[in-house]
Amino acid sequence: MNRALFALLKSMMNSLRDLLPIILVIAFFQLFVLQQPIPNFLDIIIGTLFVILGLTFFIYGLEMGLFPIGESMANAFARKGSVVWLLIFAFALGFGTTVAEPALIAVVGEASQIAASGGMIENTAEAMKSYASGLRYTVAFSVGLAIVIGVLRILKGWSIQYMIMGGYALVVIMTAFAPREIVGIAYDSGGVTTSTITVPLVTALGIGLATAIKGRNPMVDGFGLIAFASLTPMIFVMGYGMII
Amino acid sequence: MELLAQIFHTTANTVYDILPIAAIIFGFQFLVIRRPIPNLKRVLFGFVYVLIGLSLFLLGLEKALFPLGRLMADQLTNPEFIHGVGNALQTLHWSDYYWVYIFAFAIGFSTTIAEPSLMAVAIKANEVSGGAIGIWGLRIAVAIGVAVGISLGSFRIVTGIPIHYFIITGYIIVVIQTFFAPKMIVPLAYDSGGVTTSTVTVPLVAALGLGLAETVPGRNVLIDGFGLIAFASLFPIMSVMAYAQLSEYRTRRSQLIK
Repeated sequence: MNRALFALLKSMMNSLRDLLPIILVIAFFQLFVLQQPIPNFLDIIIGTLFVILGLTFFIYGLEMGLFPIGESMANAFARKGSVVWLLIFAFALGFGTTVAEPALIAVVGEASQIAASGGMIENTAEAMKSYASGLRYTVAFSVGLAIVIGVLRILKGWSIQYMIMGGYALVVIMTAFAPREIVGIAYDSGGVTTSTITVPLVTALGIGLATAIKGRNPMVDGFGLIAFASLTPMIFVMGYGMII
Repeated sequence: MELLAQIFHTTANTVYDILPIAAIIFGFQFLVIRRPIPNLKRVLFGFVYVLIGLSLFLLGLEKALFPLGRLMADQLTNPEFIHGVGNALQTLHWSDYYWVYIFAFAIGFSTTIAEPSLMAVAIKANEVSGGAIGIWGLRIAVAIGVAVGISLGSFRIVTGIPIHYFIITGYIIVVIQTFFAPKMIVPLAYDSGGVTTSTVTVPLVAALGLGLAETVPGRNVLIDGFGLIAFASLFPIMSVMAYAQLSEYRTRRSQLIK
Protein backbone atom coordinates (compact mmCIF):
# COMPACT_ATOMS: atom_id res chain seq x y z
CA MET A 1 0.00 0.00 0.00
CA ASN A 2 2.76 2.32 0.98
CA ARG A 3 4.50 1.65 -2.29
CA ALA A 4 1.44 2.40 -4.35
CA LEU A 5 1.00 5.66 -2.50
CA PHE A 6 4.61 6.53 -3.11
CA ALA A 7 4.23 5.82 -6.84
CA LEU A 8 1.14 8.01 -7.00
CA LEU A 9 2.93 10.81 -5.18
CA LYS A 10 5.85 10.51 -7.54
CA SER A 11 3.74 10.74 -10.66
CA MET A 12 1.91 13.71 -9.19
CA MET A 13 5.24 15.40 -8.69
CA ASN A 14 5.98 14.70 -12.35
CA SER A 15 2.71 16.31 -13.38
CA LEU A 16 3.50 19.33 -11.25
CA ARG A 17 6.85 19.62 -12.99
CA ASP A 18 5.12 19.47 -16.39
CA LEU A 19 2.84 22.26 -15.37
CA LEU A 20 5.37 24.48 -13.68
CA PRO A 21 6.45 26.35 -16.84
CA ILE A 22 2.92 27.60 -17.53
CA ILE A 23 2.50 28.73 -13.94
CA LEU A 24 5.81 30.58 -14.05
CA VAL A 25 5.07 32.27 -17.38
CA ILE A 26 1.65 33.45 -16.30
CA ALA A 27 2.88 34.62 -12.89
CA PHE A 28 5.81 36.48 -14.42
CA PHE A 29 3.74 38.32 -16.99
CA GLN A 30 0.97 39.09 -14.55
CA LEU A 31 3.21 40.42 -11.78
CA PHE A 32 6.12 42.00 -13.62
CA VAL A 33 4.95 42.97 -17.09
CA LEU A 34 1.30 43.80 -16.65
CA GLN A 35 1.81 44.56 -12.97
CA GLN A 36 -1.58 43.40 -11.88
CA PRO A 37 -2.57 41.22 -8.96
CA ILE A 38 -3.72 37.70 -9.76
CA PRO A 39 -7.52 37.55 -9.52
CA ASN A 40 -9.40 34.67 -7.85
CA PHE A 41 -6.35 33.23 -6.26
CA LEU A 42 -8.25 30.38 -4.57
CA ASP A 43 -9.85 29.28 -7.83
CA ILE A 44 -6.45 29.12 -9.42
CA ILE A 45 -5.01 26.96 -6.68
CA ILE A 46 -7.95 24.55 -6.90
CA GLY A 47 -7.79 24.52 -10.69
CA THR A 48 -4.08 23.81 -10.72
CA LEU A 49 -4.61 20.95 -8.29
CA PHE A 50 -7.24 19.51 -10.65
CA VAL A 51 -4.93 19.79 -13.61
CA ILE A 52 -2.16 17.96 -11.76
CA LEU A 53 -4.50 15.17 -10.64
CA GLY A 54 -6.01 14.94 -14.11
CA LEU A 55 -2.66 14.65 -15.85
CA THR A 56 -1.60 11.93 -13.41
CA PHE A 57 -4.72 9.87 -14.05
CA PHE A 58 -4.48 10.41 -17.80
CA ILE A 59 -0.92 9.09 -18.03
CA TYR A 60 -1.86 6.08 -15.87
CA GLY A 61 -4.86 5.31 -18.06
CA LEU A 62 -2.82 5.76 -21.20
CA GLU A 63 -0.43 2.97 -20.26
CA MET A 64 -3.20 0.73 -18.93
CA GLY A 65 -5.93 1.22 -21.51
CA LEU A 66 -5.30 3.20 -24.68
CA PHE A 67 -1.83 1.93 -25.63
CA PRO A 68 -2.53 -1.79 -25.00
CA ILE A 69 -5.84 -1.80 -26.85
CA GLY A 70 -4.43 0.05 -29.84
CA GLU A 71 -1.57 -2.38 -30.10
CA SER A 72 -3.59 -5.54 -29.46
CA MET A 73 -6.07 -4.55 -32.16
CA ALA A 74 -3.28 -3.82 -34.61
CA ASN A 75 -1.86 -7.24 -33.79
CA ALA A 76 -5.18 -9.00 -34.21
CA PHE A 77 -5.78 -7.35 -37.58
CA ALA A 78 -2.29 -8.23 -38.76
CA ARG A 79 -2.72 -11.86 -37.75
CA LYS A 80 -6.18 -12.11 -39.24
CA GLY A 81 -4.75 -10.84 -42.50
CA SER A 82 -7.90 -9.02 -43.50
CA VAL A 83 -6.72 -5.84 -45.16
CA VAL A 84 -10.22 -4.66 -46.02
CA TRP A 85 -11.42 -4.77 -42.43
CA LEU A 86 -8.25 -3.09 -41.25
CA LEU A 87 -8.79 -0.24 -43.70
CA ILE A 88 -12.44 0.09 -42.72
CA PHE A 89 -11.35 0.24 -39.09
CA ALA A 90 -8.75 2.86 -39.92
CA PHE A 91 -11.32 4.99 -41.71
CA ALA A 92 -13.86 4.64 -38.91
CA LEU A 93 -11.28 5.60 -36.32
CA GLY A 94 -10.23 8.70 -38.23
CA PHE A 95 -13.73 9.78 -39.17
CA GLY A 96 -15.32 8.92 -35.82
CA THR A 97 -12.79 10.67 -33.65
CA THR A 98 -12.78 13.81 -35.76
CA VAL A 99 -16.44 14.41 -36.47
CA ALA A 100 -17.25 15.02 -32.78
CA GLU A 101 -14.09 16.96 -32.01
CA PRO A 102 -15.05 20.19 -30.14
CA ALA A 103 -12.11 22.16 -31.55
CA LEU A 104 -13.21 21.29 -35.08
CA ILE A 105 -16.81 22.31 -34.40
CA ALA A 106 -15.55 25.69 -33.19
CA VAL A 107 -13.34 26.16 -36.24
CA VAL A 108 -16.00 25.32 -38.84
CA GLY A 109 -18.37 27.74 -37.11
CA GLU A 110 -15.86 30.51 -37.62
CA ALA A 111 -15.21 29.43 -41.18
CA SER A 112 -18.89 29.72 -42.02
CA GLN A 113 -18.86 33.30 -40.70
CA ILE A 114 -15.94 34.11 -42.94
CA ALA A 115 -17.67 32.59 -45.91
CA ALA A 116 -20.83 34.58 -45.20
CA SER A 117 -19.05 37.89 -44.72
CA GLY A 118 -16.94 37.26 -47.80
CA GLY A 119 -20.06 36.73 -49.89
CA MET A 120 -19.26 33.12 -50.78
CA ILE A 121 -22.57 31.96 -49.31
CA GLU A 122 -25.77 33.77 -48.38
CA ASN A 123 -25.60 35.61 -45.11
CA THR A 124 -28.35 33.64 -43.39
CA ALA A 125 -28.17 31.41 -40.36
CA GLU A 126 -29.38 28.49 -42.41
CA ALA A 127 -26.82 28.82 -45.18
CA MET A 128 -24.07 29.20 -42.61
CA LYS A 129 -25.20 26.13 -40.74
CA SER A 130 -25.24 23.91 -43.78
CA TYR A 131 -21.85 25.28 -44.86
CA ALA A 132 -20.44 24.51 -41.40
CA SER A 133 -21.73 20.97 -41.23
CA GLY A 134 -20.63 20.28 -44.79
CA LEU A 135 -17.17 21.46 -43.89
CA ARG A 136 -17.16 19.38 -40.70
CA TYR A 137 -17.95 16.18 -42.58
CA THR A 138 -15.40 17.07 -45.23
CA VAL A 139 -12.67 17.39 -42.63
CA ALA A 140 -13.73 14.21 -40.82
CA PHE A 141 -13.73 12.36 -44.14
CA SER A 142 -10.28 13.69 -44.96
CA VAL A 143 -8.91 12.48 -41.62
CA GLY A 144 -10.46 9.05 -42.17
CA LEU A 145 -8.85 8.96 -45.60
CA ALA A 146 -5.54 10.07 -44.11
CA ILE A 147 -5.47 7.19 -41.63
CA VAL A 148 -6.35 4.77 -44.43
CA ILE A 149 -3.47 6.08 -46.57
CA GLY A 150 -1.15 5.97 -43.57
CA VAL A 151 -2.08 2.37 -42.77
CA LEU A 152 -1.62 1.37 -46.41
CA ARG A 153 1.81 2.95 -46.29
CA ILE A 154 2.74 0.83 -43.27
CA LEU A 155 1.44 -2.32 -44.97
CA LYS A 156 3.31 -1.66 -48.21
CA GLY A 157 6.38 -0.09 -46.65
CA TRP A 158 6.26 3.04 -48.82
CA SER A 159 8.62 5.73 -47.64
CA ILE A 160 6.86 8.64 -46.04
CA GLN A 161 8.80 11.63 -47.29
CA TYR A 162 7.69 11.55 -50.91
CA MET A 163 4.05 11.22 -49.88
CA ILE A 164 4.30 14.15 -47.49
CA MET A 165 6.14 16.22 -50.08
CA GLY A 166 3.45 15.42 -52.61
CA GLY A 167 0.92 16.60 -50.04
CA TYR A 168 2.86 19.83 -49.52
CA ALA A 169 2.98 20.41 -53.25
CA LEU A 170 -0.78 19.97 -53.41
CA VAL A 171 -1.27 22.42 -50.54
CA VAL A 172 0.90 25.00 -52.30
CA ILE A 173 -0.91 24.60 -55.61
CA MET A 174 -4.32 24.82 -53.99
CA THR A 175 -3.29 27.90 -52.01
CA ALA A 176 -2.84 29.70 -55.30
CA PHE A 177 -6.40 28.99 -56.35
CA ALA A 178 -8.37 28.94 -53.10
CA PRO A 179 -10.24 32.04 -51.93
CA ARG A 180 -7.90 34.10 -49.77
CA GLU A 181 -10.32 34.13 -46.85
CA ILE A 182 -10.29 30.38 -46.43
CA VAL A 183 -6.52 29.90 -46.50
CA GLY A 184 -5.83 30.76 -42.84
CA ILE A 185 -8.60 28.52 -41.59
CA ALA A 186 -7.54 25.70 -43.89
CA TYR A 187 -3.97 25.81 -42.58
CA ASP A 188 -5.24 25.82 -39.00
CA SER A 189 -7.62 22.93 -39.55
CA GLY A 190 -4.67 20.59 -39.97
CA GLY A 191 -3.63 21.24 -36.41
CA VAL A 192 -6.94 21.05 -34.62
CA THR A 193 -8.15 17.68 -35.82
CA THR A 194 -5.92 15.49 -33.73
CA SER A 195 -7.23 15.28 -30.18
CA THR A 196 -5.76 14.04 -26.95
CA ILE A 197 -7.44 10.64 -27.20
CA THR A 198 -6.94 10.16 -30.93
CA VAL A 199 -3.20 10.69 -30.83
CA PRO A 200 -2.28 7.87 -28.38
CA LEU A 201 -4.69 5.45 -30.08
CA VAL A 202 -3.52 6.16 -33.59
CA THR A 203 0.13 6.08 -32.53
CA ALA A 204 -0.35 2.72 -30.83
CA LEU A 205 -2.14 1.42 -33.93
CA GLY A 206 0.70 2.42 -36.22
CA ILE A 207 3.43 1.07 -34.00
CA GLY A 208 1.47 -2.12 -33.34
CA LEU A 209 1.10 -2.71 -37.09
CA ALA A 210 4.73 -1.97 -37.85
CA THR A 211 5.78 -4.36 -35.08
CA ALA A 212 3.47 -7.17 -36.18
CA ILE A 213 4.36 -7.08 -39.88
CA LYS A 214 7.63 -8.68 -40.83
CA GLY A 215 10.24 -6.42 -42.36
CA ARG A 216 8.82 -3.19 -40.91
CA ASN A 217 10.70 -1.11 -38.42
CA PRO A 218 8.41 0.44 -35.78
CA MET A 219 10.51 3.60 -35.65
CA VAL A 220 10.63 4.21 -39.40
CA ASP A 221 7.23 2.77 -40.36
CA GLY A 222 5.17 3.05 -37.18
CA PHE A 223 5.01 6.81 -36.93
CA GLY A 224 3.51 9.04 -39.56
CA LEU A 225 -0.22 8.44 -39.23
CA ILE A 226 -0.74 11.76 -37.42
CA ALA A 227 1.27 13.52 -40.10
CA PHE A 228 -1.20 12.44 -42.78
CA ALA A 229 -4.11 13.34 -40.51
CA SER A 230 -2.86 16.89 -40.22
CA LEU A 231 -2.09 17.28 -43.92
CA THR A 232 -5.25 16.10 -45.68
CA PRO A 233 -7.65 18.50 -43.87
CA MET A 234 -5.75 21.47 -45.34
CA ILE A 235 -6.21 20.14 -48.85
CA PHE A 236 -9.85 19.25 -48.36
CA VAL A 237 -10.82 22.51 -46.64
CA MET A 238 -9.32 24.54 -49.47
CA GLY A 239 -11.05 22.29 -51.95
CA TYR A 240 -14.33 22.82 -50.14
CA GLY A 241 -13.77 26.57 -50.21
CA MET A 242 -13.14 26.47 -53.96
CA ILE A 243 -16.17 24.38 -54.85
CA ILE A 244 -18.73 26.19 -52.71
CA MET B 1 -22.02 22.87 -4.88
CA GLU B 2 -21.25 24.86 -7.98
CA LEU B 3 -17.98 23.00 -8.24
CA LEU B 4 -19.80 19.66 -8.20
CA ALA B 5 -22.08 20.80 -11.00
CA GLN B 6 -19.03 21.86 -13.01
CA ILE B 7 -17.33 18.52 -12.42
CA PHE B 8 -20.45 16.73 -13.56
CA HIS B 9 -20.79 18.91 -16.64
CA THR B 10 -17.18 18.46 -17.75
CA THR B 11 -17.27 14.71 -17.16
CA ALA B 12 -20.45 14.42 -19.20
CA ASN B 13 -18.77 16.34 -22.03
CA THR B 14 -15.71 14.12 -21.94
CA VAL B 15 -17.85 10.98 -21.98
CA TYR B 16 -19.60 12.38 -25.02
CA ASP B 17 -16.22 12.92 -26.72
CA ILE B 18 -14.94 9.45 -25.89
CA LEU B 19 -18.15 7.63 -26.74
CA PRO B 20 -17.73 7.38 -30.53
CA ILE B 21 -14.14 6.21 -30.08
CA ALA B 22 -15.11 3.57 -27.54
CA ALA B 23 -17.99 2.45 -29.77
CA ILE B 24 -15.66 2.00 -32.75
CA ILE B 25 -13.04 0.13 -30.75
CA PHE B 26 -15.35 -2.23 -28.96
CA GLY B 27 -17.58 -2.63 -32.01
CA PHE B 28 -14.67 -3.81 -34.15
CA GLN B 29 -13.27 -5.88 -31.31
CA PHE B 30 -16.47 -7.86 -30.85
CA LEU B 31 -17.86 -7.94 -34.39
CA VAL B 32 -14.76 -8.21 -36.56
CA ILE B 33 -11.87 -9.46 -34.48
CA ARG B 34 -14.12 -11.62 -32.28
CA ARG B 35 -11.47 -12.39 -29.79
CA PRO B 36 -11.53 -11.50 -26.09
CA ILE B 37 -9.44 -8.48 -25.21
CA PRO B 38 -6.40 -9.47 -23.19
CA ASN B 39 -6.57 -8.05 -19.65
CA LEU B 40 -10.05 -6.68 -20.31
CA LYS B 41 -10.49 -5.49 -16.74
CA ARG B 42 -7.22 -3.60 -16.78
CA VAL B 43 -8.02 -1.97 -20.12
CA LEU B 44 -11.44 -0.87 -18.91
CA PHE B 45 -9.89 0.59 -15.79
CA GLY B 46 -7.43 2.36 -18.04
CA PHE B 47 -10.29 3.90 -20.03
CA VAL B 48 -11.95 5.05 -16.82
CA TYR B 49 -8.68 6.61 -15.69
CA VAL B 50 -8.30 8.41 -19.00
CA LEU B 51 -11.85 9.67 -18.65
CA ILE B 52 -11.36 10.90 -15.07
CA GLY B 53 -7.97 12.33 -15.89
CA LEU B 54 -9.10 14.24 -18.95
CA SER B 55 -12.17 15.63 -17.18
CA LEU B 56 -10.19 16.87 -14.19
CA PHE B 57 -7.53 18.24 -16.51
CA LEU B 58 -10.01 20.21 -18.61
CA LEU B 59 -11.91 21.42 -15.58
CA GLY B 60 -8.74 22.61 -13.90
CA LEU B 61 -7.60 24.41 -17.06
CA GLU B 62 -10.97 26.08 -17.44
CA LYS B 63 -10.90 27.15 -13.79
CA ALA B 64 -7.35 28.30 -13.44
CA LEU B 65 -5.28 28.82 -16.53
CA PHE B 66 -7.55 29.64 -19.45
CA PRO B 67 -9.32 32.69 -17.97
CA LEU B 68 -6.02 34.16 -16.87
CA GLY B 69 -4.29 33.30 -20.14
CA ARG B 70 -7.08 34.83 -22.22
CA LEU B 71 -7.15 37.91 -20.02
CA MET B 72 -3.43 38.32 -20.43
CA ALA B 73 -3.58 37.90 -24.18
CA ASP B 74 -6.21 40.63 -24.13
CA GLN B 75 -4.20 42.96 -21.92
CA LEU B 76 -0.95 42.48 -23.77
CA THR B 77 -2.53 43.34 -27.10
CA ASN B 78 -4.37 46.32 -25.66
CA PRO B 79 -3.18 49.52 -27.41
CA GLU B 80 -2.96 51.34 -24.08
CA PHE B 81 -0.48 48.81 -22.79
CA ILE B 82 1.59 48.93 -25.93
CA HIS B 83 1.71 52.72 -26.38
CA GLY B 84 1.66 53.70 -22.77
CA VAL B 85 -1.46 55.47 -21.52
CA GLY B 86 -2.18 58.80 -23.14
CA ASN B 87 -0.48 58.59 -26.51
CA ALA B 88 -2.72 56.01 -28.07
CA LEU B 89 -2.85 57.81 -31.39
CA GLN B 90 0.77 57.35 -32.34
CA THR B 91 1.45 55.09 -35.25
CA LEU B 92 2.99 51.85 -34.19
CA HIS B 93 5.98 50.01 -35.48
CA TRP B 94 5.92 46.23 -35.48
CA SER B 95 8.74 46.21 -32.93
CA ASP B 96 6.51 47.97 -30.37
CA TYR B 97 4.77 44.68 -29.82
CA TYR B 98 7.85 43.04 -28.33
CA TRP B 99 6.06 41.89 -25.17
CA VAL B 100 3.55 40.08 -27.35
CA TYR B 101 6.32 38.14 -29.11
CA ILE B 102 7.97 37.27 -25.81
CA PHE B 103 4.65 36.17 -24.36
CA ALA B 104 3.88 34.13 -27.48
CA PHE B 105 7.23 32.37 -27.20
CA ALA B 106 6.87 31.69 -23.48
CA ILE B 107 3.27 30.51 -23.64
CA GLY B 108 3.96 28.33 -26.69
CA PHE B 109 6.86 26.64 -24.95
CA SER B 110 5.17 26.12 -21.61
CA THR B 111 1.82 24.87 -22.92
CA THR B 112 3.58 22.37 -25.17
CA ILE B 113 5.50 20.94 -22.22
CA ALA B 114 2.14 20.32 -20.52
CA GLU B 115 0.43 18.84 -23.60
CA PRO B 116 -0.80 15.30 -22.78
CA SER B 117 -0.82 13.97 -26.36
CA LEU B 118 2.80 14.98 -26.82
CA MET B 119 3.67 13.06 -23.65
CA ALA B 120 1.96 10.00 -25.12
CA VAL B 121 3.96 10.20 -28.33
CA ALA B 122 7.21 10.88 -26.47
CA ILE B 123 6.67 7.85 -24.21
CA LYS B 124 6.08 5.66 -27.27
CA ALA B 125 9.02 7.07 -29.21
CA ASN B 126 11.31 6.47 -26.28
CA GLU B 127 10.08 2.89 -25.97
CA VAL B 128 10.29 2.08 -29.67
CA SER B 129 13.69 3.67 -30.20
CA GLY B 130 15.09 1.69 -27.28
CA GLY B 131 15.87 4.88 -25.41
CA ALA B 132 17.74 6.57 -28.26
CA ILE B 133 15.14 9.32 -28.29
CA GLY B 134 14.81 10.87 -24.87
CA ILE B 135 11.34 11.76 -23.63
CA TRP B 136 12.50 15.17 -22.47
CA GLY B 137 14.70 15.78 -25.47
CA LEU B 138 11.76 15.29 -27.80
CA ARG B 139 9.38 17.35 -25.68
CA ILE B 140 11.78 20.25 -25.42
CA ALA B 141 12.59 20.13 -29.14
CA VAL B 142 8.89 20.26 -29.98
CA ALA B 143 8.26 23.00 -27.43
CA ILE B 144 10.99 25.17 -28.92
CA GLY B 145 9.46 24.66 -32.36
CA VAL B 146 6.01 25.69 -31.15
CA ALA B 147 7.45 28.70 -29.31
CA VAL B 148 9.28 29.98 -32.37
CA GLY B 149 6.27 29.24 -34.55
CA ILE B 150 3.82 31.15 -32.42
CA SER B 151 6.00 34.20 -31.98
CA LEU B 152 6.65 34.30 -35.72
CA GLY B 153 2.91 33.88 -36.23
CA SER B 154 2.19 36.89 -34.02
CA PHE B 155 4.75 38.88 -35.97
CA ARG B 156 2.86 37.94 -39.12
CA ILE B 157 -0.46 39.13 -37.67
CA VAL B 158 1.11 42.43 -36.63
CA THR B 159 2.73 43.05 -40.00
CA GLY B 160 -0.05 41.56 -42.09
CA ILE B 161 2.24 39.59 -44.41
CA PRO B 162 0.16 36.88 -46.13
CA ILE B 163 0.38 33.57 -44.31
CA HIS B 164 1.21 31.37 -47.28
CA TYR B 165 4.64 32.98 -47.81
CA PHE B 166 5.66 31.72 -44.38
CA ILE B 167 4.07 28.32 -44.73
CA ILE B 168 5.51 27.65 -48.18
CA THR B 169 8.98 28.74 -47.06
CA GLY B 170 8.54 26.43 -44.07
CA TYR B 171 7.66 23.55 -46.38
CA ILE B 172 10.77 24.13 -48.45
CA ILE B 173 12.95 24.05 -45.33
CA VAL B 174 11.23 20.86 -44.16
CA VAL B 175 11.86 19.20 -47.53
CA ILE B 176 15.55 20.17 -47.50
CA GLN B 177 15.96 19.01 -43.91
CA THR B 178 14.31 15.70 -44.74
CA PHE B 179 17.20 14.83 -47.05
CA PHE B 180 19.83 15.46 -44.39
CA ALA B 181 18.13 14.30 -41.18
CA PRO B 182 18.69 10.76 -39.84
CA LYS B 183 16.16 8.55 -41.58
CA MET B 184 14.56 7.13 -38.47
CA ILE B 185 13.52 10.52 -37.11
CA VAL B 186 11.63 11.70 -40.21
CA PRO B 187 8.22 10.07 -39.58
CA LEU B 188 8.29 11.04 -35.92
CA ALA B 189 9.18 14.61 -36.84
CA TYR B 190 6.26 14.81 -39.29
CA ASP B 191 3.99 13.46 -36.58
CA SER B 192 5.12 15.93 -33.98
CA GLY B 193 3.62 18.71 -36.05
CA GLY B 194 0.14 17.36 -35.49
CA VAL B 195 0.35 16.31 -31.87
CA THR B 196 1.50 19.59 -30.42
CA THR B 197 -1.70 21.43 -30.82
CA SER B 198 -4.47 20.02 -28.73
CA THR B 199 -6.07 20.50 -25.36
CA VAL B 200 -3.79 23.06 -23.76
CA THR B 201 -2.28 24.99 -26.62
CA VAL B 202 -5.21 25.63 -28.95
CA PRO B 203 -7.47 27.69 -26.66
CA LEU B 204 -4.69 29.94 -25.37
CA VAL B 205 -3.08 30.44 -28.75
CA ALA B 206 -6.38 31.11 -30.48
CA ALA B 207 -7.15 33.79 -27.86
CA LEU B 208 -3.80 35.44 -28.55
CA GLY B 209 -4.36 35.45 -32.32
CA LEU B 210 -7.86 36.84 -32.15
CA GLY B 211 -6.83 39.48 -29.58
CA LEU B 212 -3.99 40.64 -31.79
CA ALA B 213 -6.05 40.76 -34.97
CA GLU B 214 -8.69 42.80 -33.13
CA THR B 215 -6.34 45.49 -31.84
CA VAL B 216 -3.77 45.91 -34.58
CA PRO B 217 -5.09 48.58 -36.96
CA GLY B 218 -5.89 47.36 -40.45
CA ARG B 219 -6.28 43.69 -39.52
CA ASN B 220 -9.44 41.71 -40.05
CA VAL B 221 -10.24 39.35 -37.19
CA LEU B 222 -11.77 36.80 -39.49
CA ILE B 223 -8.89 36.72 -41.94
CA ASP B 224 -5.84 37.50 -39.84
CA GLY B 225 -6.92 35.99 -36.52
CA PHE B 226 -6.24 32.49 -37.75
CA GLY B 227 -3.04 30.81 -38.71
CA LEU B 228 -1.21 30.64 -35.40
CA ILE B 229 -2.07 26.96 -35.06
CA ALA B 230 -0.64 26.36 -38.52
CA PHE B 231 2.65 27.92 -37.44
CA ALA B 232 2.58 25.88 -34.24
CA SER B 233 2.22 22.67 -36.20
CA LEU B 234 4.83 23.43 -38.85
CA PHE B 235 7.82 24.55 -36.80
CA PRO B 236 8.09 21.49 -34.54
CA ILE B 237 8.77 19.40 -37.66
CA MET B 238 11.89 21.48 -38.26
CA SER B 239 12.98 21.60 -34.61
CA VAL B 240 12.63 17.84 -34.12
CA MET B 241 14.69 17.12 -37.23
CA ALA B 242 17.24 19.68 -36.10
CA TYR B 243 17.36 18.00 -32.70
CA ALA B 244 18.08 14.63 -34.32
CA GLN B 245 20.71 16.17 -36.60
CA LEU B 246 22.40 17.81 -33.65
CA SER B 247 22.52 14.66 -31.55
CA GLU B 248 23.79 12.65 -34.53
CA TYR B 249 26.50 15.24 -35.11
CA ARG B 250 27.49 15.14 -31.45
CA THR B 251 27.79 11.35 -31.30
CA ARG B 252 29.78 11.31 -34.51
CA ARG B 253 32.16 13.92 -33.18
CA SER B 254 32.66 12.14 -29.85
CA GLN B 255 33.39 8.94 -31.77
CA LEU B 256 35.98 10.74 -33.83
CA ILE B 257 37.70 12.03 -30.72
CA LYS B 258 37.89 8.54 -29.31
